[in-house]
Amino acid sequence: MGAGSLQPSGSRLVGGPRHRRRVAVNRLVEAGCTLAAILAVAVLALVVISVLIKGLPALNLGFFTQEPAPFGQPGGGIANSIVGSAILVGLATAISVPVGIMVAVYTTQFAGPRVAGAIRFALDILNGVPTIVTGVFIFGLMVVGNQQSGWAAAVALAIVELPIVARSAQEVLALVPRSLQEAGLALGLRRWRIVVRIVVPTAAGGLITGAVLGVARVAGETAPLLFTSSIFSDLGITTSPSQAMPNIPVTIFSLSESPAPADHARAWAAALVLILFVLLLSVVARAFHERTRRRLTGR
Amino acid sequence: MSTRRTHSNEMTTPDINEDEHPDLGALGAPVAPTGHSVEVQELNAYYGSEQALREVTLTFAANTVTAIIGPSGCGKSTLVRCINRMHEEIPGARAEGRVLLGDEDVYAPKVDITAVRRAIGMVFQRPNPFPTMSIFDNVAAGLKLAGMRGEAVRERVHRSLRAVGLWGEVKDRLNRPGIGLSGGQQQRLCIARTIAVEPEVILMDEPASALDPISTLRVEELIAELKSRYTIVIVTHNMQQAGRVADSTVFMLDGSLVEHAPTQQMFTNPRDERTERYVTGKFG
Amino acid sequence: MSTPAEIQFAPRRLSESHVKLVDRIGEPLFRALAAAAGVASVGILVWIAESVFNQAGLAISHFGLAFLGHNTWNPVTNDFGAASFIYGTVVSSLIALLIATPTAIAIAIYLTELAPRRVRRPIAILVELLAAIPSVILGLWGIIVLGPFLGNHLEPFLSGVLGWIPLFAGTPSPYGMLNAALILTIMALPIVTSVTREVFQTTPGDLKEGAYALGATRWEMLRMTVLPVARPGIVGAVILGLGRALGEAIAVTQVIGNATQISSSLFAPAGTLAAQIASEYQSANPGLGTSSLMYLAAILLVISLLANAVAWRIVRRFNIMGRR
Repeated sequence: MGAGSLQPSGSRLVGGPRHRRRVAVNRLVEAGCTLAAILAVAVLALVVISVLIKGLPALNLGFFTQEPAPFGQPGGGIANSIVGSAILVGLATAISVPVGIMVAVYTTQFAGPRVAGAIRFALDILNGVPTIVTGVFIFGLMVVGNQQSGWAAAVALAIVELPIVARSAQEVLALVPRSLQEAGLALGLRRWRIVVRIVVPTAAGGLITGAVLGVARVAGETAPLLFTSSIFSDLGITTSPSQAMPNIPVTIFSLSESPAPADHARAWAAALVLILFVLLLSVVARAFHERTRRRLTGR
Repeated sequence: MSTRRTHSNEMTTPDINEDEHPDLGALGAPVAPTGHSVEVQELNAYYGSEQALREVTLTFAANTVTAIIGPSGCGKSTLVRCINRMHEEIPGARAEGRVLLGDEDVYAPKVDITAVRRAIGMVFQRPNPFPTMSIFDNVAAGLKLAGMRGEAVRERVHRSLRAVGLWGEVKDRLNRPGIGLSGGQQQRLCIARTIAVEPEVILMDEPASALDPISTLRVEELIAELKSRYTIVIVTHNMQQAGRVADSTVFMLDGSLVEHAPTQQMFTNPRDERTERYVTGKFG
Repeated sequence: MSTPAEIQFAPRRLSESHVKLVDRIGEPLFRALAAAAGVASVGILVWIAESVFNQAGLAISHFGLAFLGHNTWNPVTNDFGAASFIYGTVVSSLIALLIATPTAIAIAIYLTELAPRRVRRPIAILVELLAAIPSVILGLWGIIVLGPFLGNHLEPFLSGVLGWIPLFAGTPSPYGMLNAALILTIMALPIVTSVTREVFQTTPGDLKEGAYALGATRWEMLRMTVLPVARPGIVGAVILGLGRALGEAIAVTQVIGNATQISSSLFAPAGTLAAQIASEYQSANPGLGTSSLMYLAAILLVISLLANAVAWRIVRRFNIMGRR
């Protein structure tokens, strides 16, 4: 027959050497894929454990409550950075969450498909703008000819946070069942009332999740702050956004650039505070996200 | 992949028939393996904790067409999927028992699943040509897995396309994507893909349920032609189809075999009263 | 979604005076606010581009396009050029994606085909959490943990074995291109993985069964069906990862050594567009210095906008629900 029989000699159902090679290749690939997954999880573990091990020794109550020690001296805390970060992230969230939710309301409730698509595109592209560019944009806009300030930093962070909040809000709002909205229409409610009374409350859990994800993201952002809130006149606790505000990411950044081991220890401790905060928020947001989604889609 | 496209070219293209009959001669070519019988013995199948097959024992005779009928959820698909061990691809699914191909148990420990599936081919409900492959490559896919190369592949692909009556329709566009064909042509392409590796048994899981009537007729004619070389098991929810294509018919209910008889007898004079109720449409 | 036209039922029978005041003001106001927010999100993008280019104007008119090919950064003589930073950006990102892409595909295969059902979601979440680590912490880790390991172990080993390749020649150093590329790998990996995984999940099950029914092993099944079907999506995922890597400033500036040089050795210090901008945060001179920095930002912005737009077009075709 010339074609070469496909059946191995002897048993039809037991493969020959070629078959064993195929199975071996398959095993190898499967092992490689498993290894890759283990590797990725291991890298996460490695980073988190490094931060834990190196950060824990320097961590104590004083670290949270005290202001930094004067230059080059040991001890002290990052109370000023914690307060500053809280204010910056709070301001940024206060700007980006309402705007983000309104963007989502517009695209899911009012805009036609073309406009909605264009806005979605713009948000994704905005999400891809390097945050250092956002930083220099605000630098040029609010700092040049003026001075670094908490306001400038908060606006820069808000620009970074906006697409995250808006995209996740769009996703949840789109899941709100149409039947609920139609029920509102049948009651003679105006469109905006349906949005405010029915759509947004139904999706509230998901909207909060988006905001939490946004906070988790910008709490660790350093690049937008470098040009807007990185040079501090005094080391005390600042609560006025009209001047540069000390904050955790920039503190870690400048401590990490220092040659002094004591500074590294403080950098690790601050990193530990930040990473626990961010990872915790991310995990909580994800769990919550799943729940909202399942509740709204009934799956 | 719309399922019910109308396509006139299948029946009206004049060159089909003149091209087809010489091909049919090729069916008797020396390579033809004759089918083996398949014996299913005490087969139980499960999805997780749910039992889908209960102690099924029956024999599919060599070179015959056996239809499996029964209400949906009766386990007919599960039964054919156990024969080539596709059942266990579903997470949590498992099977116990013996399925003998000739004298070999496909569930024996030393057996290779890939060899089982080459010896026992399968055609699915929805045509599933590989979307990134050409018509030629679709038919050649199984051959290449088996290590066949070069001219031998070409010869085998051409012969398989002739055997399913697709040659006249596609010979000028073998390098075009397989998914560019109509639904009925796609299904025959999948049958060509299956017989290209020269299996001994062909399992068909409702192969015509996604096709229009004309394409269905083509597939049924094809089944009649193929049974001289293969043992064919076809799952169908359509009793008329079973009546048209099958030598014997199996009726299943709730995962159990109720009756297995020559098709004629099954539909005219069933022994079991549950079968009778089903074939006369009194069920449910 | 919903077009206003189909939703506006007919309150026309009621005279306007019957409509409550809140509604008469609220409805148009609310719509206007929502529309303004929508316009703002597009506008901010345009504004960023306009502003950055505007401020780069001085440098653009002074250096022209020669800036792109000029390799120097000298604030004392006011002589600036982006060549080494463009080189560093491209090379560090390419190396990162060269490592991240196969790894991400492998992880996606593991998550969609191999992993036991119970661990799929947890592992997927863990991989995505990699992206949640703040870059400044990854950079800190790169300086203090990864750097010494590279300088003392990996780089001496590589140069011993592969030193005849210029990439692996040179003096081992804790800071440099390799460190940056590895940190960027960690950052790009979660994005590439999650998009690839979602693309894999769009492969119809009956295609996979078709391959299995022909006697394919799992790997052969993947090569016959899942991988070719997903290929454009994988390309999109990789470009998204590239966009992420290109724009990272902080972690890179912490570990790359911030040198204005083009070296064939991966061990040597280098610089990237984003890292250079970040490293100048305290020292940019007003005038040409700041404007040149903006020129770097403009180049970076154009590259990342292109990458993201291309990726968006590709990935959108797969109609993936969920983020991004």
